[in-house]
Amino acid sequence: MKDKKTLTFSIMDGPYEQARTVTVFRLLDNAARRGYNLNVFAYEGAVNLPFSKQSKHPNAVHGHDAAEEDHPLPKDWVASLIQTAKKHGGALDWINCGLCVDERGAHEAIEGCRRGTPGDLWKWAQQSDNTLIVGTR
Amino acid sequence: MEKYLLIESRDPYETREVENNYALASSLAIAGNDVTLFLVQNGVLPARKGAKLNGLQEVINSGVHVLGDEFSLRERGIAMDTLPKGIRAAPIDVVVDQLAEGRKAIWL
Amino acid sequence: MKVLQIIDSAYRCTIEEQDDPAVWITHAMKGAGADLDVLLCGNAVNYAVKGQDASGLRFGEIVQKNPPKLDNDIARLIGKNINVMVYSEDTAARGITEAQLLPGVRRVSRTEAPTIFSRYDQLWHW
Repeated sequence: MKDKKTLTFSIMDGPYEQARTVTVFRLLDNAARRGYNLNVFAYEGAVNLPFSKQSKHPNAVHGHDAAEEDHPLPKDWVASLIQTAKKHGGALDWINCGLCVDERGAHEAIEGCRRGTPGDLWKWAQQSDNTLIVGTR
Repeated sequence: MEKYLLIESRDPYETREVENNYALASSLAIAGNDVTLFLVQNGVLPARKGAKLNGLQEVINSGVHVLGDEFSLRERGIAMDTLPKGIRAAPIDVVVDQLAEGRKAIWL
Repeated sequence: MKVLQIIDSAYRCTIEEQDDPAVWITHAMKGAGADLDVLLCGNAVNYAVKGQDASGLRFGEIVQKNPPKLDNDIARLIGKNINVMVYSEDTAARGITEAQLLPGVRRVSRTEAPTIFSRYDQLWHW
């Protein structure tokens, strides 16, 4: 394992309307497998990523029922990233911006994701080797 | 000399700001900094052979390390062995490496 | 640690409580002790223009009582001793004159970016 580092990410987008979710998940996955300590500050629509009420559904265009389609949901990927970080000796701490949660009614987050404030982002940034802000466009 | 990591996720065909971002990368390199421009998502579209580079050639000429994300290239059917001279395919590990080394990083 | 907040996304949050989330989070983090400056570029240079008015939105019977006041939000940043800069090329391209900018906003050229960036530990692009 490479030297343990701490990286902080801030993301702003909901799961699907753009490509940044994919890239950020790839970065988190890569860093988690190195055993890094990771912090994610979910701002604005990104608070929907770990929303626990997401559910699988059939895909008639693919001709699949929900089980056959077996489409991974963002909340499951977030949970898996948290587990992957832990498995490799690191940690992934996830904070949802509390006011953003309130505005969107996204209160039910999966285990491992908690509510916080922009002050948490600043605190994390000071404690991290680097911080990447992934703004929305 | 400082080290910069610029991550460009957009292409110059849809978004004019991208040409400003290319110019930023060039200016940082010309000022003597070590600059990586990592193209990802639609940011790799100019890396297709025959595509209009819209300022990316100047970035290459200025000494910036221009990298194209392997997954984004593959996702768009851009063969990695046909990239223009000065653009190299790279795994996303590079971004994590450079974040970890503490480079000044900007998601453009 | 000193951070430069680079903001270019603009006018996408007219009905969100935070006016502009990047400007808002700058205020919030400053309140938490952060050392920040702001560089407005692209369409966000218009945030530094005096006399913005987003009032009057009414959908059905519901009126937006507290619309965004971005010029006020920027002026309050300056009031907190946060340096607010705009790219002069971007204001010029949009026909924004110096007289139309809020007092205290500093115009800088894109060619100065390497020098400006060198003064900050991190660059956060919103």
